[in-house]
Amino acid sequence: MSFEEIKRQAASEWKAMQNSPIPRILIGTATCGMAAGAETIMEALNAELAKNNIKADIIQVGCIGLCYAEPLFEVIKPGKPGVFYGDLTPELVAEIIRDWLVGDNPRPDLALGTRGEGTLKGIPKLFELPVLKPQVRIVLRNCGNIDPTNIGHYIANGGYEGFIKALKMKPQEIIDEMKKSGLRGRGGAGFPTGMKWQFCHDAPGTVKYIVCNADEGDPGAFMDRAVMEGDPHAVLEGMLIGAYAIGASEGYVYIRAEYPLAIKRLVVALKQMEECGLLGDNILGSGFNFHIKIKEGAGAFVCGEETALMASIEGNRGMPRSRPPFPAQSGLWGKPTNINNVETWANVSAILQKSASWFASYGTEKSKGTKTFSLVGKVVRTGLIEVPMGITLREIIYGIGGGIPGGKKYKATQTGGPSGGCLPTSFLDSPVDYESLAAAGSIMGSGGMVVMDETTCMVDVARYFLNFTQSESCGKCVMCRLGTKQMLDILQDIVNGKGRPGDIELLLEVGDAIKNGSLCALGGTAPNPVQTTIRYFRDEYEAHINEKRCPALACRPLISYYIIPEKCQGCGICIRACTSEAIKGGKRMVHVIDQSKCAKCGTCLDVCPAKFSAVAISSGAPVKAPAEPVPVGGKA
Amino acid sequence: MKVAPAIEGARTATPGTDKAIDSQMNEILTHFKGEKGELIPILQQVQQRFGYLPEQAMKRIAEFVHVPPSTVFGIGTFYAQFKLVPTGRNIIKVCRGTGCYVRGAPKIITELENQLGIKDGDTTPDMEYSLETVACFGSCALAPVMVVNDKVHGRMTPEKAKKAIGKKSE
Amino acid sequence: MTTTASTTAEEKKVATITLTIDGKKVEAPKGVTVLEAALGADIYIPTLCYDPDLKPYGACRLCVVEIDGMRGIVSSCTTPAADKMVVHTETPKVNQARRIAIELIMANHIGDCLTCAKNQQCELQKVARYLGIEQEHFDRLRKGTRVLPIDKSHPAFDRDHNKCILCGRCVRACQEIAGVGAIDLAYRGYAAKVSTFGDKPIHDSICESCGECIARCPTGALVPKRTRQATRHVKTICPYCGVGCSIYLGMRGNEIVEVQGDRESPVNKGGLCVKGRFGFDFVNHPSRLTKPLIRKEGKGKDIQVNGNFKDIFREATWDEALDLVAKRLNQIKEKYGPDSIGVLSSAKCTNEENYLLQKFTRAVIGTNNIDHCARL
Repeated sequence: MSFEEIKRQAASEWKAMQNSPIPRILIGTATCGMAAGAETIMEALNAELAKNNIKADIIQVGCIGLCYAEPLFEVIKPGKPGVFYGDLTPELVAEIIRDWLVGDNPRPDLALGTRGEGTLKGIPKLFELPVLKPQVRIVLRNCGNIDPTNIGHYIANGGYEGFIKALKMKPQEIIDEMKKSGLRGRGGAGFPTGMKWQFCHDAPGTVKYIVCNADEGDPGAFMDRAVMEGDPHAVLEGMLIGAYAIGASEGYVYIRAEYPLAIKRLVVALKQMEECGLLGDNILGSGFNFHIKIKEGAGAFVCGEETALMASIEGNRGMPRSRPPFPAQSGLWGKPTNINNVETWANVSAILQKSASWFASYGTEKSKGTKTFSLVGKVVRTGLIEVPMGITLREIIYGIGGGIPGGKKYKATQTGGPSGGCLPTSFLDSPVDYESLAAAGSIMGSGGMVVMDETTCMVDVARYFLNFTQSESCGKCVMCRLGTKQMLDILQDIVNGKGRPGDIELLLEVGDAIKNGSLCALGGTAPNPVQTTIRYFRDEYEAHINEKRCPALACRPLISYYIIPEKCQGCGICIRACTSEAIKGGKRMVHVIDQSKCAKCGTCLDVCPAKFSAVAISSGAPVKAPAEPVPVGGKA
Repeated sequence: MKVAPAIEGARTATPGTDKAIDSQMNEILTHFKGEKGELIPILQQVQQRFGYLPEQAMKRIAEFVHVPPSTVFGIGTFYAQFKLVPTGRNIIKVCRGTGCYVRGAPKIITELENQLGIKDGDTTPDMEYSLETVACFGSCALAPVMVVNDKVHGRMTPEKAKKAIGKKSE
Repeated sequence: MTTTASTTAEEKKVATITLTIDGKKVEAPKGVTVLEAALGADIYIPTLCYDPDLKPYGACRLCVVEIDGMRGIVSSCTTPAADKMVVHTETPKVNQARRIAIELIMANHIGDCLTCAKNQQCELQKVARYLGIEQEHFDRLRKGTRVLPIDKSHPAFDRDHNKCILCGRCVRACQEIAGVGAIDLAYRGYAAKVSTFGDKPIHDSICESCGECIARCPTGALVPKRTRQATRHVKTICPYCGVGCSIYLGMRGNEIVEVQGDRESPVNKGGLCVKGRFGFDFVNHPSRLTKPLIRKEGKGKDIQVNGNFKDIFREATWDEALDLVAKRLNQIKEKYGPDSIGVLSSAKCTNEENYLLQKFTRAVIGTNNIDHCARL
């Protein structure tokens, strides 16, 4: 079958599905959906449909990004716009089937929004919601919309058009198009993609390799997983285009083993590509050969670094080596190699499908297009988002994210994972692009965005990241192996109340040396979380060191839980919940926490009824509570 | 023998005798050509089959891909996925990613450590459970997250964590 | 094939580049690293993981320099020197990085210099002195906490991980020079260490005891069991086999206390085997035979020697002993014919000696039964 025929067939099948006389239910079954219980919802759905004798198509789709509302599905009744329902439970599924599919009530009280033509009374349009309106979907163009295991869905939505276009161009023309688009590497450093391709294209040699870096290791980041699970062909088409432009006939997807579903989706996608003649020898009769192999990572963050990744593919310890030579000259098995990350490849296919100038119309002068972020942490609407470059943090956190939950105060946003930094309130109105984030001491990174509120201790966050980089350091170079350990030891002392005067300066000095002297980028960026938190939250460090006080009341060794005598009603709930048997008191007696026994787990605070709110935390000062239980209300 | 609580996906095969390991190794190695680049995929298969990397298996692999045994050991100890000692039938992994950390992962870890009586990285003496922490599962929006035998559980609380490992709530 | 190789070698020789290091114009052959170009021009750059015989590694971060047009600081041992390159080996950034690197190493280096076998021959000491590290510099740092057992399993040398700086020279020597691979890096991060298969004692590994690792260890992590240092070195040829490795005998008076391979020697380029490197204690051993012995009358071969040979043997002069041997050989030859005699020669002999022995066997005794220990 020629591609034209495949495309025609895909289009007609897609159309038939859109105009299907029976309802369609699109359910998000990416990893996050599954984690939220999509399986249970599927079971309930099948049972309810059977019970009500309704025939419907259930289509499993990728992540639409509204993770906070998972599990969720979209119910499309013939002739009506699709209706999204979130926070599903089996009970709600039954109600929705009964009222909207059997009856005619779309349940505006439960619906999140509608998608597609037409409106339903009382339900907003999904993409008009604050969570979606500021978003622009290039990378995530198909996520949550198509069945990722059906190549026809991808093709019917313009898929592989970019590759077809590329086949009609000269390799140099494709590279020029990439340069024109202004696309920069989405893995973190933001190196211009077109220029990277040019180096590899120009490198002498007939054997060249293409690698897709899917070793998304930043804790708190899952954009690449979502793309591979929700739209694997977008990535693979990008690789095809890149291989053709550079002159590679072999490619690798290096993917973390922690992403089993994404691996499964890629395997299916590769098979379908082969069936459609889009992979293998003489692709679509063009004479261009390309093969893709999947290499599973084995649990090493440092393998996200290009040279370590290649070492790992070659069957070695994932230890980076010095550059030069750069991978574009001498990469895998000494051959010119081009490595881009998942999101970059997904952008490549979009750029070729549309155009460089279309892509460049989004974003800022130096940072073109969009960026996906995983918006997580202390924010109301956590999820996967894609926004044009240059959007402000405020728009992201308060607009899309809906602000900070529980009426707490915003403190900082962490971008760039262990290589990035923490941006305080003063950066809320700064644009999010490569240059601005770098100027603030952070990096764009791969797209992790962790929001922190007033209860997050910034020293502890710095300690957390150093602990991470330290345990993920490959151990090869002195700076990273011993330097990150040194910084971690100092931070550990500080959060344990054993900080010494001069520690802040020492952290800065050692950090500087590590940044300058490390062999690879893991070490070279490891001090960033410490340096930015010192830069913006130095007072918190000083409080820990000088007053042995944690202002966020988070560092266990520096805090004490106590029961406020005026508020305690002597109900005994906390006594029963305490795992350390540290709470004394009887009925109608004010309870008292024995500080010597308290494990500071916080259970008492969690279980104390909200109407009493009698448990409090103090730090840096003696607790204001009696030593022994006294009668409630001060009366005997 | 103690009857294990039924958790989905528990590993049933036990590594067995040296002879059994050898014959299983034969089977695994038939899928490979003996190239250096296959070293990690082979180790992954062995890890999956036995739950750890038995010493004799590593020696076999070294011969098979023509590298010194110390190199195989170096790789086996470099990557977090590989274990050198047998692991439990049920693998419990708790995410320590940033999203999970700020949303209370440490509490989940403490609860599981208390419930199982082991520390992160250890296996219960009855070889039923191994407890690990993992850098990030990429399900941060549903933090905190834990994975029991490859099934992802989101929005964990200490109580839910207890349930997920088949322990009844008291 | 040989002609091609020699042409390229020649081409290499002629192709030189000129770079500027610390303001000094330096000529260097094409293909060398910045570090090698500097060392070749007598410009010292401290390093602990560099070894001219091994592939560049770039781990110790001490040889960092700044190069115009390159971002930040780079390790000179891994950066190829290029024509017109401008290199600065001592800048504030470079000095700070080096100082922190060495302080970090020292803060994690457990052991007392005074009792260390490497004292005064330690490269770490030298670099620390060069950089002017004082006690107060690393007193402010948190000290390393990892204490690992010392591996004393090998009869000839000890391995002390607490003094290891993970420069990887031993690992690379074992793989690249010895071609054995008894050790490799294992674990990662702060827990990384040089390890045998299964982290077992070195004696239980596939180590061939060539000692290439010992010769290259910059610290006291790998040291021979004998810890007395030599007072002078005598150049000679290893007596063990016909290869003719050039060696330096480390002497104290008339006693050999160590053997070092001669790096300048075209034969062995510094390399030695287990016998050449460690097998020298026979020289001064009390049990060593220095005079010929003749079996006493009536002491048959069924008697066990048990160390006390004086009951069975008596000392003799060389003349007496040789006469006896000649007499007995003649008797045997006459009685049983020349082919009843066989002669075994030794690899410890020179070519000339071996030639003479086969001549003696064939011409004097009259048999072709001559062989050599290396074939056994």
